[in-house]
Amino acid sequence: MSARRAISMLLGGLAVFGPASARASLDWNLPPPATPLALDTLHVHNTFMVITLTIFVLVFAIMIYSIVVHRKSRNHEPAAFTGPGTAAQIFWTLIPFLILVFIDFIVMGIPAYHSVEVMQDTRTDADMVVKVTGSQWKWQYEYPEEGIKLVSSLATPRAQLDGQAAKGEHYLREVDNPLVLPVGKKVRILLTSTDVIHTWWVPQFGTKRDAIPGFIRETWATIAQPGVYRGQCAELCGTGHAFMPVVVQAVMEPEYRQWVAQKKAEQSAQAASAQRTWSRDELMKHGQEIYAKVCAVCHQPNGQGIPGTFPALAGSKLVNGPLLDAAGRLVKDGHLDRVMNGKPGTAMQAFKATLSDSDIAAVVTFERNSFGNKMGDLVQPAQVKAVR
Amino acid sequence: MTTADLALHGSPHAPPRGLMRWLTTTNHKDIGTMYLVFSLVMFFVGGAMILLVRAELFQPGMQMMQPELFNQLIGVHALVMIFMALMPAATGFANWMIPLMIGAPDMALPRLNNWSFWLLPPAAALLLMPFALALFGVGSGAIATGWTFYAPLSVQDGMGLDFAILAIHLLGISSVMGSINIVVTVFNLRAPGMTFMKLPLFVWGWLITAFMLIAVIPVLAGAVTMLLTDRHFGTHFFNAAGGGDPILFQHLFWFFGHPEVYIVLFPVWGLTPHILSAFARKPVYGYRAQVYAFWVIGILSVIVWGHHIMTSGMSTGALLYFMYSTMSISLPLSVLFFCWIATIWRGAMTFEAPMLFALGMIVLFGIGGLTGLVLADAAADAQYHHSYFVVAHFHYTLFAGGIMGIMAGVYFWLPKMTGHMIDEILAKWHFWLTAIAFNLTFLPQFFVGLAGMPRRVPDYALQFAEFNMLSSIGAFVLGAAQLLFLIVVVKCIRGGPPAPAKVWEGAEGLEWTVPSPPPHHTFQTRPVIGE
Repeated sequence: MSARRAISMLLGGLAVFGPASARASLDWNLPPPATPLALDTLHVHNTFMVITLTIFVLVFAIMIYSIVVHRKSRNHEPAAFTGPGTAAQIFWTLIPFLILVFIDFIVMGIPAYHSVEVMQDTRTDADMVVKVTGSQWKWQYEYPEEGIKLVSSLATPRAQLDGQAAKGEHYLREVDNPLVLPVGKKVRILLTSTDVIHTWWVPQFGTKRDAIPGFIRETWATIAQPGVYRGQCAELCGTGHAFMPVVVQAVMEPEYRQWVAQKKAEQSAQAASAQRTWSRDELMKHGQEIYAKVCAVCHQPNGQGIPGTFPALAGSKLVNGPLLDAAGRLVKDGHLDRVMNGKPGTAMQAFKATLSDSDIAAVVTFERNSFGNKMGDLVQPAQVKAVR
Repeated sequence: MTTADLALHGSPHAPPRGLMRWLTTTNHKDIGTMYLVFSLVMFFVGGAMILLVRAELFQPGMQMMQPELFNQLIGVHALVMIFMALMPAATGFANWMIPLMIGAPDMALPRLNNWSFWLLPPAAALLLMPFALALFGVGSGAIATGWTFYAPLSVQDGMGLDFAILAIHLLGISSVMGSINIVVTVFNLRAPGMTFMKLPLFVWGWLITAFMLIAVIPVLAGAVTMLLTDRHFGTHFFNAAGGGDPILFQHLFWFFGHPEVYIVLFPVWGLTPHILSAFARKPVYGYRAQVYAFWVIGILSVIVWGHHIMTSGMSTGALLYFMYSTMSISLPLSVLFFCWIATIWRGAMTFEAPMLFALGMIVLFGIGGLTGLVLADAAADAQYHHSYFVVAHFHYTLFAGGIMGIMAGVYFWLPKMTGHMIDEILAKWHFWLTAIAFNLTFLPQFFVGLAGMPRRVPDYALQFAEFNMLSSIGAFVLGAAQLLFLIVVVKCIRGGPPAPAKVWEGAEGLEWTVPSPPPHHTFQTRPVIGE
């Protein structure tokens, strides 16, 4: 631990009890709100914290007074009462109870009701829709009105996790493709999942909602200021749970339109590239990139997998087996079938939902010709497209 | 070996010696002792697991273990602590103290009692065995879904999950049988004159725990069995593709899971007033109010489970219902706090170790209760849920409210059980180290949780580093402090100043009228309770 770190820790430890402005690097309360929902939640949270702290201090001040005064060492004579005796005493025991009823259902209950209404109002005056699909361990973002799809996965290099490289500023909270949203627009966010339950969470939006396979859930956000907002998956979803960040880049409307146009152009270029025939080197190079990003988490960078949990690809019967039959159809439970359609009930998901034709062709080619596997054959994007 | 035991040798009531005594015993004190020892062992097993986890979380980056093992350790830690440390400790107290407190010669169903206990070691073996099997290359280790078993992650998981399901079944059978035994004992074996409204509060707390266990354990058993058939027999209870619903599992689990919190806490809330009254030398305040509060909390506890799954996308109506019903639990709970404080008010207090733990429990559990009130708010809950805020909250309830309460009970009753006084100085050190280290561990977790750190992650963003380091340091001190507990308990069993029948000056009740330790068979003649 560096000296700077030690000092900031010490300062932070003190600042917990001091004003917010004295804080060093320690974040100890909800982050600054970026949406109306987060603002409302922060208000409710701060109010409730003040109320509960007040109750805590009052109640335990009474208790501590008693501990200090009513002790045998001070020759305090014990009383013998076992309950409220007189009408006045009954009245005084009821008072705190009634105060609590008032706090629960009026002081806290009414703002809480309001914030629930705000949270649940996902549809009124929504300007646009984004569909978020969680899958182990990345997020897929879809803009149905624009026909744009992108996959967002962790961008932090493995070496930083293993301590072989210095950790960057946004360690574990950086992605290759952030979700880009315009500011000032009410975005209705639809959530689902392809495998297990994930939870989409951006603390500054005040929104956290489960993504459930087979169901659509929804939430919303109207982002006030441009900026980058970071969060991560909040529901334990397997070994990569800590490594599926949510990064939202909020931009002004014109910039957003520009981004949409650029994405559309990229996607049509990609569709065109899927039509042509790729060379072996191109496939291997692209395949290696995809493998490192998508497959290596489980099957490991050296293709050895983790015994008992994730099968090895090196020397695997499946990888060294057939792909397509003579008529160009998928061989059931063959290598390509497994990559495209996954294996139900395991972490091996249907990658045809998140990878493009070129990605799948490249990564399958790569796996068949790496880690000591020497199949020698190539898979072309067009062949993948034909069996989708 | 006590004099009472020696006197029994040669008589038909003499217990067999050696291992057979413990395997075949139907004596409530022997079985109670076995429960307590089992609980103590598992407390250290579960604690060791979480220290490995805290070591990994000491700083950002993956240092000690891969996420596979991390995910196993957090889930098994929880299952061990809840089902094998807290619950057996409470059952051990019930076995030891309920017959003494109500003037019964033994538990009503002694053979069932023996069986209830002996199901626990196989359950522990089942839960922990996958760790060992994985070392030999069999399977992928223990359950890796956290203790909540959420489908469909649990449908994916390796065979450790099947082991955990079978362990849960054994634990469930054990709990239900133990509960039936307690209900039957309290209903049938009370001494003449011991009416229900004269039952000691500890017995009341346990009676309601027993009813709750009988009500909700079968729901958990059903849920995990449905999971088992989803995994192996092609059913689709929790698979949307086959017409099922993953959220159904969460509803079933928390229908059990929320009452489980009170199942663990009622025995502690029951024993707390005994300790407060004894060391304040003043009768329990608001006996009736506390009994009614127990009932109200017991009933409320089975209708508020939805607050555990408020981010799953419930309807607005359901959110509001679960929010207000959860908030209303604070009302009967406030009655308990009021009665506890009124019990020590204007007493003549001394502060032996049991009293310190009881008072510490009240203050720290107060934080757990108040944060629970805040968590009830469905919109703010969206920020707290799945975050370290929740982890801190439930450790303030289950460690401070549960385990520290159990420790208060151990120090309170151990002299009665062993006939020796405890080492007060060491026990006081144990209390202060525990209380300080506990706060150092869990207070920072409230802050990282609010700042946005999710739970169950083996690695985290740099902004959370400082608080996690503090928390890990706290955890190691907390773990080390528990070795003092072990030393005090072992010292007390092996010897110490003799304890009189009435161990504590202000203690009241039947259990303090029999010698310390009580003879192998108590109450040769039935005590009669007067006005």
